[in-house]
Amino acid sequence: MKKVIELQNIRRDFIVGDETVHALRGVSFDIHEGEFVTIMGASGSGKSTMLNILGCLDTPTSGEYLLDGIPVKSMSKSQRAVLRNRKIGFVFQNYNLLPKSTAIENVELPLMYNDEVGSSERRSRAVEALKAVGLGDRLNHKSNQMSGGQMQRVAIARALVNNPAVILADEATGNLDTRTSFEILVLLQRLHAEGRTIIFVTHNPDIASYSSRNIRLRDGHIIEDKVNTDILSAEKTLAALPASEDD
Amino acid sequence: MNWTNLFRISLKAIANNKTRAFLTMLGIIIGVAAVITMIAIGQGAKQSIQKEISSMGSNIIMIHPGGDRRGGVRLSADEMQTLKTEDYEALRNECIYLTALSPNVSASGQLVSGNNNYPASVNGVGTEYLDIRQLNIEDGEMFTEHDVRTSAKVCVIGKTIVDNLFPDGRDPIGETIRINQVPLRVIGILESKGYNSMGMDQDEIVLAPYTTVMKRLLAVTYLQGIFASAISEDMTSYATDEIEDILRRQHRLKEDEADDFMIRSQQELSEMMDTTTNILTTLLACIAGISLLVGGIGIMNIMYVSVTERTKEIGLRMSVGARGVDILMQFLIEAILISITGGIIGIIIGGTICACINWLANWPVAIQTWSVVLSFAVCTVTGVFFGWYPAKKAAALDPIDALRYE
Repeated sequence: MKKVIELQNIRRDFIVGDETVHALRGVSFDIHEGEFVTIMGASGSGKSTMLNILGCLDTPTSGEYLLDGIPVKSMSKSQRAVLRNRKIGFVFQNYNLLPKSTAIENVELPLMYNDEVGSSERRSRAVEALKAVGLGDRLNHKSNQMSGGQMQRVAIARALVNNPAVILADEATGNLDTRTSFEILVLLQRLHAEGRTIIFVTHNPDIASYSSRNIRLRDGHIIEDKVNTDILSAEKTLAALPASEDD
Repeated sequence: MNWTNLFRISLKAIANNKTRAFLTMLGIIIGVAAVITMIAIGQGAKQSIQKEISSMGSNIIMIHPGGDRRGGVRLSADEMQTLKTEDYEALRNECIYLTALSPNVSASGQLVSGNNNYPASVNGVGTEYLDIRQLNIEDGEMFTEHDVRTSAKVCVIGKTIVDNLFPDGRDPIGETIRINQVPLRVIGILESKGYNSMGMDQDEIVLAPYTTVMKRLLAVTYLQGIFASAISEDMTSYATDEIEDILRRQHRLKEDEADDFMIRSQQELSEMMDTTTNILTTLLACIAGISLLVGGIGIMNIMYVSVTERTKEIGLRMSVGARGVDILMQFLIEAILISITGGIIGIIIGGTICACINWLANWPVAIQTWSVVLSFAVCTVTGVFFGWYPAKKAAALDPIDALRYE
């Protein structure tokens, strides 16, 4: 299987005042195409730093990171921006949708920064992505007319639209209630089943049982990296939940 | 970089924040409109004063006796006798920069016609006086060179005189009026000119041949003044030099002797008026400049705040692949669009205000192209600069920090 992500002895140091904080102290692992990986750890374990490096928002102090075979460390800021545009789809905890914009405008956003996509293709791809997350009937709803779950679906559609090598979810269910969280997990599991590579960064250990691989971080080291053979179905868990009043 | 997309993004961002865009524009609109209106009012006043001066005859040259000194006592111009009819004739024969020339003597007294009387002065002038003063005959005719030669007892009178001496509406032509016991036959009536800018009634006028006034009314041999009209306003200074040369020769003045006459042109008056109106325009321009400055500060504030409050949006755009230069361009295009739209609206509003002032208050206004260009340029440059500066900072932001910004 193709390696989507290759981390080779990644270190990341921050200088805070006179002290040097070692956020990551030599982390190495590979992620193959089609994996659903959860990266877990408590606050200060280095998982945010890990996410930033994986998302090409930050570069390691030492070590090399290959995204889809492309070395990232020596890239300039704008080269990394282009790389993010083509290879990565972000899903944030607080959705980060454009205010006062419709679902379709939000989903179109990454393609606006891609010269290779014309306006008609941009629209059809955005519609397709929204249909894929089950919002085919809410194309022109504005972000303030949607529930949290719907907004997160728009964000996932936005992450899908550029057909990325990897989807990076940062506490994507953190702001949602249990039921909606599982709905999002169902969606992510379906995308996984379709062959997408997903990395889910979270501090919630429950999520781990729904992914195919778990990586645990503590103090900048990997303390556990195991393949999950017994993947729970989010759909079943959702069905087992007591029905809520408004759905 | 895809310009169409950047434009689309910028337009969308403006549409999403209509209030903010409007407030930014408001500063520009007020600045531009104020400058255009203020300058137009100032220039309108200036032009109307200039028009009034030139309607008095902008190329008029007035020669008076003067500079004469007898035993250290300066004499009043009326008592000086240095200008003679010979001077007038010399100027008439020799000057090439003059189109019209007329002597001037005046005698004041009480005009009498039947039961009516009116205090006025009779101006003794030549036939070309009408051209110099830009007067026209409304009824009857002007006296002729023949009348001048024969010192004919005729006169041409203005509207105010007609109204006061012939209140019953009789046709004054052919009637005789008397001044200081000398009867003068009315042969013409002047077209009304109304009041001039100094508030003087220009219709209170009686014109008679200068020979008549000199011989029959005053019994003098000297002139009180000579009026002339230069070929054009620009030629006025050549004409005055020429007159000075001829008169100095006529009066046999030596090199070191001062002129015994004074030459004044309307140009001096018009320059003085210009100074006054320029002060007015400068004052108005200062007020307008301040509003432009305040507008500029407004633009600056809103642009700066708008970038700060949109930090998160910038972070999001960067995370989905916008480069720093894309962010910079987006904000720059927004600033340019807002500034230019504001500038254009400002020009339209400024023009409308000018038209309203002209229409409602009947004030003269003259919109100046330079004021339009200048105010527009200042506002758009301010808008673009203060849009560019915070945008540059935004473009340099670290996407991680921008995303976390609260």
